[in-house]
Amino acid sequence: MTDPLAWLVLLPLLWACGAFLLGPGRGAWLAGTGVALQLFCALLVGGSLLEGGIRTHAIGGWGAPLGIDLAADGLAAIMLLLTQLVALPLMLYARTYFAAGDATAHYFWPLAGMLLGGLNALFLSTDLFNLYVTLEIVGLASVGLVVTGGDARQIAAGLRYLLATLVGSSMYLLGVALLYGVYGTVSIATLGPLIDSAAPRAVWLAAGLMLFGLMLKTALFPFHYWLPPAHGSAPAPVSALLSALVVKASFYLILRLWLGPFLPMSAAAAWLAALLGSVAILWGSWHAIHTERLKELVAYSTVAQLGYLFLVFPLLGPDEIALQAGTMQVVAHGLAKAAMFAATGVFIHLNGRDAVADVAGVAGRLPVTLFAFALAGMTLMGLPPSGGFLAKWLLIHAALRQGHWWLVVVIIAGSLLAAVYVFRVLRQAFLVVPDERRRHGAVPRMLEWTAFFLAAASVAVGLRGMEILRLLAIGRQVPA
Amino acid sequence: MKRMAVVLSAAIFSFAMIAAMLELPTPVVNLSDVVAAQMAASGVHHPVTAVLLNFRGYDTLLEIAVLLLALFGVLAVAISGTKETVAAPSPADAVVQTLARIAAPLMVLAAVYLLWIGAHRAGGAFQAGAVLAAGAVLLHLAGLLPGWGPPGIRLRVGLVGGFLVFLAVAGAMLAQGALLQYPPWQAGYLILLIEACLGMSLGLILAGLFLFLS
Amino acid sequence: MSAGLIFACTGVLLFTMGVAGVVLIDHLVRRILAFNLMGSGVFLVLVGLAQRTDHLDPVPQAMVLTGIVVALAATALALALARRLFALTGKCTLPEVDDD
Repeated sequence: MTDPLAWLVLLPLLWACGAFLLGPGRGAWLAGTGVALQLFCALLVGGSLLEGGIRTHAIGGWGAPLGIDLAADGLAAIMLLLTQLVALPLMLYARTYFAAGDATAHYFWPLAGMLLGGLNALFLSTDLFNLYVTLEIVGLASVGLVVTGGDARQIAAGLRYLLATLVGSSMYLLGVALLYGVYGTVSIATLGPLIDSAAPRAVWLAAGLMLFGLMLKTALFPFHYWLPPAHGSAPAPVSALLSALVVKASFYLILRLWLGPFLPMSAAAAWLAALLGSVAILWGSWHAIHTERLKELVAYSTVAQLGYLFLVFPLLGPDEIALQAGTMQVVAHGLAKAAMFAATGVFIHLNGRDAVADVAGVAGRLPVTLFAFALAGMTLMGLPPSGGFLAKWLLIHAALRQGHWWLVVVIIAGSLLAAVYVFRVLRQAFLVVPDERRRHGAVPRMLEWTAFFLAAASVAVGLRGMEILRLLAIGRQVPA
Repeated sequence: MKRMAVVLSAAIFSFAMIAAMLELPTPVVNLSDVVAAQMAASGVHHPVTAVLLNFRGYDTLLEIAVLLLALFGVLAVAISGTKETVAAPSPADAVVQTLARIAAPLMVLAAVYLLWIGAHRAGGAFQAGAVLAAGAVLLHLAGLLPGWGPPGIRLRVGLVGGFLVFLAVAGAMLAQGALLQYPPWQAGYLILLIEACLGMSLGLILAGLFLFLS
Repeated sequence: MSAGLIFACTGVLLFTMGVAGVVLIDHLVRRILAFNLMGSGVFLVLVGLAQRTDHLDPVPQAMVLTGIVVALAATALALALARRLFALTGKCTLPEVDDD
């Protein structure tokens, strides 16, 4: 029986090569079909999890620790569904966004295919060294996507991002090397039972290195410096893919390691992570409120929203609420941020410039896009019934349950600050009188409606949130 | 100030790491025994090649994806806008050209040998590809091989061909069992097929990383 | 202290010097070289620690081969970007991040 787990990895790599073979700038249809098939596979995986529990696939038939295993539990399935669900509208969006013959899109399709292949491989892998290779695929593909187009600002941002991501991966790899030296294996399943709180000091150092490297890749404050330039200067579909999916991939790994092999030693760093997360929320929101460029506003918002994810760590305990909150935040923010960047891309397409002031008066011209932006803003602010509300509510619930009042204060402050920068854009669009001289061109319907679909999905996820979170429970009873 | 802080933390980190490494116990899991036990089913005689292309072949698959990806990135940056060219070394230097002309076929021979011997000793597709690429770079630096422009269809097929063959074999094996599960009696031939195609592609990819920018 | 451990300790030192280099140095090509130093350090640790025991362990060697190729790919991309940046701006350092 052909296994959807394997196809989730093979398909994107295949269509990436196909897109390259077709020539520069071609391959949009191949991409769309490929991602649709991948979404189908992800749904199959989710469905079979609900019936049968964790799915594994031993590559080569050898089985860990000799070979490499692919495994899908609830968390992985949710990430896979998120990836495919965000990627499909973005592929349609990108096809229309990059006008025919646009030099910036020459290698977008092969690079996007490799990125999706790397992401799927990352979510499914259970081998620490294999995870390093997938991290590199995701990292290099992201850098390639950021610099495609090639003006000096993009290339500088891409280089900064590349150096940061390479330092992060190398630290991760050093940690893996230490673990192999101590235990003789890099398979997560085999390592789990071997590591306890009496592990040699090298294991603590390895854990620290790996988590530090991954935090650098997730742009946790103070390692966020590469994110605003990179996400802010890349073309809109690229920024959407990066903010929605790529930074979540390294966060997923942190979560996987924290809840898996490094569980006995995790208490130490949890409060540090929460502190840095809080600073990230406040700092990122402050910069979003003050920046003049629209895409940078959205990028700083990503830095702030990623801070919420790190508030989860001190709360991970006997009950599952904090984990559910973190997962919901990942899903809701992924959909909302993709929608927001897509909407921003439409505004820039209309105005030709990337400035908040230029959003003036679009309420009349682009109602669908503005509505999409507002819906996405609902998730960022945490307004019911959006997914963001569910995530923040669960987080507050977990914090109150364990008596950590200051976390609640930070979460609410973050929501208020998010409201400030979202309304900043909306105010420009509605209240300021438009200057008719700055209009160019019509905006294709496809761009608006894909942005709207993503934003609506981020709200819908809040309405059906508890069912999605039930998927998360699969695989949590079995000690990972 | 920042310099002091970085150097100090680097020194502390090194001491901590070295101290931790000096007190390591013996590893619990002994993979070399497991590898040795399964060598007969792997299709090759050299343990590193067996690990690289059979037991952990998935890592190799993804690693080729990384390399191909870097090439896409280089192409995306090299081809947008005007191409700046590096001043090629003066082609009139007859000694260098003669040396390059003599060396190039020998390098091809060495590459094929490395590819073949990979089943029995250290060698394989990567080493072969690297030697081929070095030959191409040598010819370019001697002025005999011009830099490459945007790749035409044949070059594109050559570049991704090896990876596609690897994916095709992986997918074909998926139909019969697990991904990349070679039946033991076919394993040797499949590995040779994959290595040969990969060797060619890798040579082109590695050469391309240099030549697309020139 | 066996030979393997000496390699591993050297690897750690190289790694640390490489990280310090990437963080502190301004010139892009030197930063990329520092990254390569980091990579070499990690590979030394991987192989060195595996050599502590008596038997020959092929798995770390295969992992290092993979790692070398990945580092090579990353270096190639970084150098191509640095070259393009130099062609566009005439400078081989990254511009300052405008706000912090």
